[in-house]
Amino acid sequence: MSTYNFSMQNKVAIITGAARGIGKAMVRAFLEAGAAVAAIDLDGTVLEKTVNELNAEDRRILKVVTDISVKNQVEKMVAEVVDSFGTVDILINNAARQIWGPLLKTKEDGWDSIFDINVKGGFLCAQAVRDIMVNKRSGIIINLASMAGILLDRNNGAYAASKAAVIQMSRAMAGELAPYGIRVNTIAPGITDTRLAYGAVVDGELDARFKGIIPLGRAAEPGEMASVALFLASDAASYITGTTVIVDGGMSISGMNANTTDS
Amino acid sequence: MTSISFSLNNKVAIVTGASRGVGKAIALAFADAGADVVVASRTVPDLEETAAEIRSKGRKALIVKTDISQKPDIENLVKQTVKTFGTIDILVNNAAQLVVSLPSKLRDDGWDKMMNINLKGCFLLARETSQVMIEHQKGSIINIGSVAGMMAVPYESAYAISKAGLIHLSKILAGELAHYNVRVNSIEVGLVKTRMSALVWKNPENRKVWENNIPMHRIAEPSEIAAVAVFLASEAASYVTGASICVDGGAVLAGFNPDIMGATLPEDLRIHK
Repeated sequence: MSTYNFSMQNKVAIITGAARGIGKAMVRAFLEAGAAVAAIDLDGTVLEKTVNELNAEDRRILKVVTDISVKNQVEKMVAEVVDSFGTVDILINNAARQIWGPLLKTKEDGWDSIFDINVKGGFLCAQAVRDIMVNKRSGIIINLASMAGILLDRNNGAYAASKAAVIQMSRAMAGELAPYGIRVNTIAPGITDTRLAYGAVVDGELDARFKGIIPLGRAAEPGEMASVALFLASDAASYITGTTVIVDGGMSISGMNANTTDS
Repeated sequence: MTSISFSLNNKVAIVTGASRGVGKAIALAFADAGADVVVASRTVPDLEETAAEIRSKGRKALIVKTDISQKPDIENLVKQTVKTFGTIDILVNNAAQLVVSLPSKLRDDGWDKMMNINLKGCFLLARETSQVMIEHQKGSIINIGSVAGMMAVPYESAYAISKAGLIHLSKILAGELAHYNVRVNSIEVGLVKTRMSALVWKNPENRKVWENNIPMHRIAEPSEIAAVAVFLASEAASYVTGASICVDGGAVLAGFNPDIMGATLPEDLRIHK
């Protein structure tokens, strides 16, 4: 039995982008670890399905359909979480949009949509829980970036720029909140078997283009991001703040040349 | 009960520098997580204390006197581990020494010492251990680096360079060994309360200056580093390889201030403009 407390018993976690993929895996992981989870997503239909799938008698789960790029919706959501569960201990800014195509051919509304969800959304959510965490002198914020925010895949520049922004935003939050006992860190996933991977993973199999550049030889399961989040939210990470944990099967070791064709 | 596992049940781990400080904390944390531990360092009496604590947790401990700057010692360490346990699941390259000097004043032998112990010793042990791990198609290597390998603070000179080398070595190893299901990662330690960092925390006034300049406003306990090693060795880190995990209370974020933090250092380590 480990002396470190990886339990989330009596903790309240808000997880955005909870309907699918990594967010869904995080909801499952935190529920299993004993947390009360507020599952947040824009897609009410899929969110309901997910919550029904993961709900159980001994679990506390709340769903709130929210557009995280709209400030008053975010504030309303947090108020509802506090109303249901009494507080907020953990915020996982996971919701994100993907966009493909050359950066300089991206439409203006496409650019705005990416930055509104991927960056502004995380900012608004963190802002909305700040005072709760500061007053308690404790809290955890985990921001999901991407290896795209560190390396380049050549065909998703706007997404990549937004994820780079998340990394620096996360560090700024960490510096500001450290004196209040709040830890803020970033997870940068590599290629994960989710909708956002778009063609990199087909039917659970890693596309041939990527086989050579991922030393572990496979894509990640969403659960392999959830386990890292569980670690970062736990006491085992008590001295970790302001950092980015790369979870990419070794992809970034020698760059990310997937030999994708330039379009 | 979580289905995500942080357990190290029945794993066999080698921890170097296990006689005190971070190494000892890691060895004990591994035992708590269910591992049997081979404890290595140059000081057997201290290792006996560590081993006794491991055994009191119901796990096996093997003591192997090891100077990682000596190749025969490294070969013996690996040989004894395999002879006793049949395999090696986890290696923690933790043993290191610290020589402080501004680079313009650093002696040849100071440079050599840092490279031989902190970098070459880790390479040699990783190479020998990897033969076993490749054979068994499994393993986790954890290299204990330092924020000194990320921030170029002048008085840390050769120590900092050896740690920067170790961080890169960690990634080089990861790139090859991933193909054999062996993960390799490094932990970049910031300020931690051990004998090695006494220069910074033994004097209460100095300690306060350093702690005020770290976002978390405190120095770490060795157990806070050990916890990260447990995570990296476990299945919870199954997609983490080639990573460099900063465990520094935000020190890299804040950076080093030569005027403020430098002022706490002895004369010969301060840059005089």
